Amino acid sequence: MSISTIWIYGEATNGSVSTTTLELITGARQLADTVEVIVHGDASALASQLGEYGAAGVKSIGDLGNALPGPQVASAIAGAIAEGNGPSAVLCATTYDGRDVAGRLSAKIDTPVITNVVELKLEGDRLLGVEPVFGGATNVTTGFTGSSAAIFLVRPKSFEADPSGGAAASVGDMQVGDTGNTNTSVVKDRFVEETTGPKLDEAAIVVSGGRGLGESEKYEMIENLAKLLKGAPGASRAVVDSGWVPYSYQVGQTGKVVKPTVYLACGISGATQHLVGMKGSANIIAINKDEEAPIFGVADLGIVGDVHKVLPQLISALEARG
Amino acid sequence: MNIVVCVKQIPDPADPGALDPETKTLKRDVKLILDESDSYGVEMALQLRDEAGEGEVRLVSMAPNNETSGLRTALAMGADSAVLVSDEALAGSDALSTAKVLAAAIDRSEPTLILTATESSDGYTGTVPVQIAEILDLPSITFAKEISVNGETVSVKRQTEEGYDEVECPLPCVVSVTAGVVEPRYPSFKGIMAAKNKPVEELDLTALGIEKGTVGWAGARQEISEIAEAPAREAGEIIVDEGDAHERIMAFLDELKVL
Repeated sequence: MSISTIWIYGEATNGSVSTTTLELITGARQLADTVEVIVHGDASALASQLGEYGAAGVKSIGDLGNALPGPQVASAIAGAIAEGNGPSAVLCATTYDGRDVAGRLSAKIDTPVITNVVELKLEGDRLLGVEPVFGGATNVTTGFTGSSAAIFLVRPKSFEADPSGGAAASVGDMQVGDTGNTNTSVVKDRFVEETTGPKLDEAAIVVSGGRGLGESEKYEMIENLAKLLKGAPGASRAVVDSGWVPYSYQVGQTGKVVKPTVYLACGISGATQHLVGMKGSANIIAINKDEEAPIFGVADLGIVGDVHKVLPQLISALEARG
Repeated sequence: MNIVVCVKQIPDPADPGALDPETKTLKRDVKLILDESDSYGVEMALQLRDEAGEGEVRLVSMAPNNETSGLRTALAMGADSAVLVSDEALAGSDALSTAKVLAAAIDRSEPTLILTATESSDGYTGTVPVQIAEILDLPSITFAKEISVNGETVSVKRQTEEGYDEVECPLPCVVSVTAGVVEPRYPSFKGIMAAKNKPVEELDLTALGIEKGTVGWAGARQEISEIAEAPAREAGEIIVDEGDAHERIMAFLDELKVL
């Protein structure tokens, strides 16, 4: 049982395909006869990596110049669909650019998007997306009723990237159609913020702080702890919304999904919004004053206590280990 | 400079509600408030208007009923006026239908700049901003950290995985504002009183020239095939800190061999 073709919007930096794209290919190759990846720039540089994970083909829309990808990628895919050369389904990852592509494509081909998908299923020749709601307590499975290409926005880490050992993907190109006034955003400059330690969504240990820290200065404890554990610091939405740390630190529904070996939640009550982003962690430790806090419902080790007492002691104990 | 801010009135997230087993959508019988995610766009718009020294901040929202309490909050912050598209036929609208309705309402205002949140706190599809842009044939910049307007151009610091991009775009355009990048002002008493008299225009679908059958339940092109409980995590060990909790955590980490 499978569908004929899935297209994936492929993201790459410096000639290397992003992990989220490889995850999507891994998930898609079990569902479709043919998986093809739509990229911009030099497709031939990516062909062997994409093929290794199961993509049969890679098609480039050409060089973007300094434009943002959304309008041109969506235009190329919509053009192919209009000519009858489109796929059964298009997958984009829930990334900054993936959402732009999916949203624009949706409006162009007048088809809604099934979003926040963490699992894809087949029902006959129809692809369905599974979306967790209420903090992941309930899974909702949704499909399209129409005959047009289905569009899914899939959350990172929904599949584990796993090479299938396939041959290099065949390389082709695609035409970008008329983009009207939409393609006028220009990237003038790119700034890389210096970070030390592992990335939040790749770290084996994540230490997250929440509103229970009380004030922004106390977030330093989270950073210290993360450093001592060679992990990455994260945050709940409340902390990000208060401006203590940037959005890139946010774990949860509106932020990143993390699945580390150990997740340490400090002063986080465990709103449904947060649980969706971290309940897939292998081991969860939670420290919170309120014994009724929902975070304890997912914790392997729950400490009912004051983060302002426990964290300094934990930091000292780790420092003593050297 | 005329700025439109798209805002959504949502059930209080502190009281998340439940799915209606019959319609398979969120029950909406609770009082609606301004989505906190939208307060950052409202604040950004007010700052841009005040820097420009002229222009208007207009809110655009839609609801299946004529709920305005969330709009009043944003008007009390300092927005000048609001448009509420209110029609029973809107119930059950997906993100694309929402974008079509908002785009039609926005278009009537002929704004210089359209601001949105990156996603709502209840539906969180995160696709509405670009769908609006595509429908209106406009450029867009999503996930803004900072916005400045220079004449006919907007400059945006756009979040990326590694840091941010400096992106420029001619006006008019759609910009989605990341939560937490500005501090939304609290409505003053004066603001709250003034908000009561600010114009809130209510439009139905007919006024916007949108056919009822193309939005809401009638226009839905997705169907839910299953709602199921997700497998729950097994309950762990819960201890009360007696001054030695850090030792228990160290032992736990040692067992996992991650130290």
